Amino acid sequence: MSDLTRLSAAALSELITTKEVSAVEVATAHLDRISAVDERVHAFLHVDREGALDAARRVDAGEITGPLAGVPIAVKDVVTTKGVPTTAASKILEGWKPPYDATIVERLKAAGMPILGKTNMDEFAMGSSTEYSAYGPTNNPWDLGRIPGGSGGGSAAALAAYEAPLAIGTDTGGSIRQPGAVTGTVGAKPTYGGTSRYGLIAFSSSLDTPGPCARTVEDTALLHAVIAGHDPRDSTSIAQPVPDVVAAARLGLQGDLTGVKLGLVKEFAGDGSEPGVQAAFRESLDALVKLGAEIVEVSCPHFQYALPAYYLIAPSECSSNLARFDGVRYGLRSGDDGSRSLEEVMSLTRDEGFGPEVKRRIILGTYALSSGYYDAYYGQAQKVRTLITRDFQAAFEKVDVLVSPTTPFVAFPFGSRTSDPYQMYLADLFTIPTNLYGGPAISVPCGLSEGLPVGFQIMAPTMADDRMYRVAGALESAVGTFTPPAL
Amino acid sequence: MAAISREEVAHLARLSRLAVTEEELDRFAGQLDVILQSVARVGEVAAEDIPPTSHSVPLTNVYREDVPTPSLTQDAALSGAPDAYEGRFRVPRILDEEE
Repeated sequence: MSDLTRLSAAALSELITTKEVSAVEVATAHLDRISAVDERVHAFLHVDREGALDAARRVDAGEITGPLAGVPIAVKDVVTTKGVPTTAASKILEGWKPPYDATIVERLKAAGMPILGKTNMDEFAMGSSTEYSAYGPTNNPWDLGRIPGGSGGGSAAALAAYEAPLAIGTDTGGSIRQPGAVTGTVGAKPTYGGTSRYGLIAFSSSLDTPGPCARTVEDTALLHAVIAGHDPRDSTSIAQPVPDVVAAARLGLQGDLTGVKLGLVKEFAGDGSEPGVQAAFRESLDALVKLGAEIVEVSCPHFQYALPAYYLIAPSECSSNLARFDGVRYGLRSGDDGSRSLEEVMSLTRDEGFGPEVKRRIILGTYALSSGYYDAYYGQAQKVRTLITRDFQAAFEKVDVLVSPTTPFVAFPFGSRTSDPYQMYLADLFTIPTNLYGGPAISVPCGLSEGLPVGFQIMAPTMADDRMYRVAGALESAVGTFTPPAL
Repeated sequence: MAAISREEVAHLARLSRLAVTEEELDRFAGQLDVILQSVARVGEVAAEDIPPTSHSVPLTNVYREDVPTPSLTQDAALSGAPDAYEGRFRVPRILDEEE
């Protein structure tokens, strides 16, 4: 048998269904790969060998069948897994074992997908490099001295290092798509409300969206179909049928985009993207035109205010959401020596348990929500959010999807953006508008710049996730997939 | 001119229940000043008559059937607590001694 870890989820599923290999063999191959390379990659915070093998045995026993039964998966550590440590890469939750599964985890289990373990990330999903993980960064398999993106760098690196064929991410401002871009993997942010947030450790509730990560567009769509759909336990979940993303991806892979209009956002030009990123993006556009697509320039005048609006809205929501970490119900308690009050213990616990980026955002959000500043900051940012949404709606009157590079720069070396937090925020320049609007978007590898992967972003209207998968499939059919150097 | 002072950051940290150190205050004050000056650009947008968006899904009053379902047991709910006593979360004193 050739190396099982190199195969797509679709290929693995085929082998398992026809009983050419067992689910236990597939899980074991990936667990062994993790043992062999993860010391260097550090994609995982916790590996659940026994749990994964148990799930695989149930598939082999014929207890569970289905399109991805037996295909293993890695789950970002911000998603709760019953009885399996879940820390959101924070010291404040070190050792916490949730008493319940997130809805998307329940769906993975029901689909017979063995969960290999929990992946590294920026603490509470705040960051673009995994350098803000309390447990040390993840290294990019393309160059171990560079960042794997963030916040979901662990999930993306696990795919690029062939430690898992599929992974779960969460995307609040680009945390699925930017790691996908810089690791040469695919990552999709579904329509907000299209995937359940129940069991996600909340960062910014009006933006957080869980979604699929994989090495191919078809695999991403297959996973999307497993996790998406209405959940009564998430009141913002959309009670509508999930678009047929798998059929759309397969249609796209046939390589015909005749009649499809791709919108190029005028305001994204001259945005400071690296020349190599621009070049790979332009070449991919040409390839899509050869498949029949038409390029239309559109204006989205308020996109330039998306980053400032996001960095008011997300910290405001985070300052409220992270109030739950009070040293009472779960996680760390610090300084409780009998002499201190609840408030003192709470303040010491939070200062010890949270890392610097989390504290900055809590303080920033507390400021933006303060009386006297609320109207100028949080209130104004919410109005700008309306204008950005209207920009998207007007653009989608003219075009089917919007396209851009996923992130302005390829994987950067560790330490190059941590001293100036705002430089880190710029990694999300092109991904953030979609989060404010709520629509779906996907990043697909489209080329290399100086040997490092470049991502191509496709943004679609809300609940038209299938549309972005069609274009994504077509792009993959034209440019192929990208394999990192051997580890 | 600084958008935010060290004293303001110290006050916000207290409101946020973060017992930050002097060194953290020094660092955060400068960094937050840079961030605030950048995000203050939202003020350039003329948006007086624009309704705010708190949420991208226009849903209000989401109801479900009022059917009892099992919830976490007391043991499960307390399983992650730093300190528990007789089935409840145990906390440090909440009043000062003179109160």
